Amino acid sequence: MQENNDTVGLVLAVLSSAGVLIALSMVFLYAPREATMGDVQRIFYFHVASAWVGFLGFFVTFMAGIVYLARQERRWDILALSSVEIGLAFIAMAVVSGSLWARPVWGTYWTWEPRLTISAVQLLIYVSYLMLRTVIEDPQQRARFAAVYGIAAFVTVPLSWFAIRWWRSIHPDILTGGGGMAMTVKMVHTLLVSLVAFTLLYFTLLRQRMRLEQASQALAELKEYMWHTAEQSPQRR
Amino acid sequence: MSFLRKVWAIFARDIAAELHTREMVSAMLVFSVLALLTFSFALDLRGEMARAAAPGVLWVTVAFAGTLGLSRSLAREQQSGCIDGLLLAPVDRSAIFFGKALGNLAFMTVVELVLLPLFAVLFSAPLLRPGVLLVMALGTLGYGAVGTLLAAIAVNTRAREVMLPILLLPLVVPLLIAAVQATAGLVEAATLAEVGGWLRLLVVYDLVIIAVSVLTFGYVVED
Repeated sequence: MQENNDTVGLVLAVLSSAGVLIALSMVFLYAPREATMGDVQRIFYFHVASAWVGFLGFFVTFMAGIVYLARQERRWDILALSSVEIGLAFIAMAVVSGSLWARPVWGTYWTWEPRLTISAVQLLIYVSYLMLRTVIEDPQQRARFAAVYGIAAFVTVPLSWFAIRWWRSIHPDILTGGGGMAMTVKMVHTLLVSLVAFTLLYFTLLRQRMRLEQASQALAELKEYMWHTAEQSPQRR
Repeated sequence: MSFLRKVWAIFARDIAAELHTREMVSAMLVFSVLALLTFSFALDLRGEMARAAAPGVLWVTVAFAGTLGLSRSLAREQQSGCIDGLLLAPVDRSAIFFGKALGNLAFMTVVELVLLPLFAVLFSAPLLRPGVLLVMALGTLGYGAVGTLLAAIAVNTRAREVMLPILLLPLVVPLLIAAVQATAGLVEAATLAEVGGWLRLLVVYDLVIIAVSVLTFGYVVED
């Protein structure tokens, strides 16, 4: 049985809380006001950090899928599932914060800006991944299929990125042209701290999600075991 | 038996089964023509508009008709229990994959060969060019490969045929963008060199996705 005291989890939780608080205060107090976009630009730091965590989450799922297929150990499937769920939450935040940013800056909620588009494509891919998991009963088959899909899906992401970028450069978008803004040193600091804070947050959530999944699978096994023994033992009246 | 002969045997068996019923190719063809008609009504495609929309409409039609055929191809295998027989046979899993994928490619190619002249006439777009045929071949190759892998996954789930388009379409985003852009360029009389970037992307996609499919197909069909 697993110990309930999770020191690593606690340390991670403290570190990521501190990190997010520091990043938050830097976003509002330390980073300068962007000259042309104004305060709206401050969404950028968490927007980029969310997109990064999304991508990181999907990459971990890809690697976990490869290891699962090689070793067929359940913990790698638990890692893949946990990482995808966190990745999805963060990529959804990236897409939403991206369109909130686009509204005041480019005058529209949605532009087919390459980075925003690739985030939306990843969102769709991994929603499909989770849907696939819900329609397979057998746990081992589910883990195998999910691993295969996680691998095939992830290798198309860089290709999608190139395709979308070239596609957009053929139809240049004046709104997003020029590639964005010039970053000052303080802006770079704030971005880096946000990235570190969100990465810590990813690992904190990942650890908790994996423990939750392990506990729920252990519970399911326990229930099955009790059911089994109840059936086998002679009934006493 | 050599590897190629095994692949050939599985492929020939698929063709023979299809020649019997002709259900897959005819379903795909009828669906394609219906899709073409629906697009023309929905987008009011005439004259210049039709010509500009032709590459996009063509690829969307091929992609959707493809999911129809791919689902059927693997579901037939499952229902008849043929896949169990194949797995018992002393055949490499990758031979099964290549055989099935080749069969699916052949069916899609037949449909495309009928569709292209039809599109060329109805959309007055010059689609019957060697360059366009090359793009069709490259696009269909990647689509058929990843489609065969994902159809094998989809038929083993509770939702069956419903799952295939959901799994497949997000993964063929780069393929569809590249194929549509290359086709559009060629329709506008660009040379092959001018659409070279898109062709290279298609080739890379095909190679990567075939490699992944061959390596992982064994895990999909094992019990």
